[in-house]
Amino acid sequence: MLENGKRTPLYDLHEELGGKIVDFAGWALPIQYSGISQEHHAVRNKAGLFDVSHMGEVMVTGKDALAFAQYLVTNDVDTLEDTQVLYGMMCNEMGGVVDDLLVYRLAEERVLLVINASNVEKDFAWILKHAANFDVEVVNQSDATAQLALQGPEAEGILQSLTETNLQEIAFFHCKEGVTIKGRECLVSRTGYTGEDGFEIYLQPEEAADLARDILAAGEKEGLIPCGLGARDTLRFEACLPLYGNEFDETITPLEAGFGFFVKLDVEADFIGKAALKAQKEAGLTRKLVGFEMAKGISRHGYPVKDGDREIGFVTTGYKSPTLGKSIGFALVEMPYTEMGSSFEIQIRKKQMPATVVSKRFYRKNYKK
Amino acid sequence: MKIVEGLLYTKDHEWIRVEGNKAYIGITDYAQEAMGDIVYVELPELDEEFDQEDTLCAIESVKAANDVFLPISGRVVEINEALEEEPEAVNEDPYENWIACVEMADESELKELMNAGEYEAFVAEDEEE
Repeated sequence: MLENGKRTPLYDLHEELGGKIVDFAGWALPIQYSGISQEHHAVRNKAGLFDVSHMGEVMVTGKDALAFAQYLVTNDVDTLEDTQVLYGMMCNEMGGVVDDLLVYRLAEERVLLVINASNVEKDFAWILKHAANFDVEVVNQSDATAQLALQGPEAEGILQSLTETNLQEIAFFHCKEGVTIKGRECLVSRTGYTGEDGFEIYLQPEEAADLARDILAAGEKEGLIPCGLGARDTLRFEACLPLYGNEFDETITPLEAGFGFFVKLDVEADFIGKAALKAQKEAGLTRKLVGFEMAKGISRHGYPVKDGDREIGFVTTGYKSPTLGKSIGFALVEMPYTEMGSSFEIQIRKKQMPATVVSKRFYRKNYKK
Repeated sequence: MKIVEGLLYTKDHEWIRVEGNKAYIGITDYAQEAMGDIVYVELPELDEEFDQEDTLCAIESVKAANDVFLPISGRVVEINEALEEEPEAVNEDPYENWIACVEMADESELKELMNAGEYEAFVAEDEEE
């Protein structure tokens, strides 16, 4: 399987740096280099560099680019100005999540959609299918785009040392095209998936490995280290950032997952799934995502949540949090169990271990806004 | 990778140290390296009885839960409670930090295990794949 895995332009660098390569959505990518805990702490306290070239990029151009994005996405694309970035979901007609994504308004007639690696083919087919009534051209640029994520409190200083562009001009959830980083032209956005300040950098695949080397060299003094998918997941989890396939999927709506903030039902423009989500909101939810804490035991994705013998939900993500040192998780449970302080049990192998509902904001995000 | 002489080994990367009719069990250096940062060891209960190849307990790394299989049948007579407070000790010295000790029910089951040399060859072969 690994031999057949798709390789990002950084594959040789991963091997050189001692990355432990695993299969992720068909890609051969490092789960870790020095260790998940160490990489996790580096991002929280200093900086980490991630290869996220497996992510998908779909470019939408044309007169209706913005209107089309608005129709695809739950959040209000109309509020965007040029160079602004928006997080949202693409939903199906039932309100289930096809994927979550970033929407980059590069220009009025040029919108970039950044989607999950595991969903690229499905999403692209979905986007094409709904493009018929819009004056747009849709191009899947995933294979022609590499992406690096430089994250952590030292990220800005490190990247600044490699570019003439004043990075302070790129505000939170904004981007800039044509940023030259050590002679390589990049699209840079102040975005990420860790809960820390940082940047996502898009560029030509053939230049990505050299750029990664330059960034790692520039950040060595500041404590920058390469980070793998393992730390990427623990970091996003602590910061309450959802993962498609865990917190939601085509059968779980963004409202159930507790991300209603990114679903703008009051905006006049229609989007796919809006009617279903509106109806769900009016009828009231029957289940919802909660955060929980355990004194003993560690929960994992898919573990059943129980009240005595009765199954009342399941764990969507669970870890012993590297930052907090506590066993915490997210679970999708029936409504009566969603109040803060509610208790239930997690089935961990042969045992049912007690858990208590706590705020999902396990970690206070350190964004630079 | 460290392999210690005088221990017996399983294909699932556990080690066994025999003392009379008792057997101490732990995981190998290869196993701890593969698991990564260990954050929790779910120990078996004292007096719990196991059949050969049963899951003895679980070791949790940051990423996932990993089963520890007991290659011999027996009853748990000692558990290494220190690992409850310091699970990372298994990463630091997997051969010193045993998990549990069982009183063996059938010592002939030990014949199915590998010695240090055989285990080394087994790992080398595994790596090549």
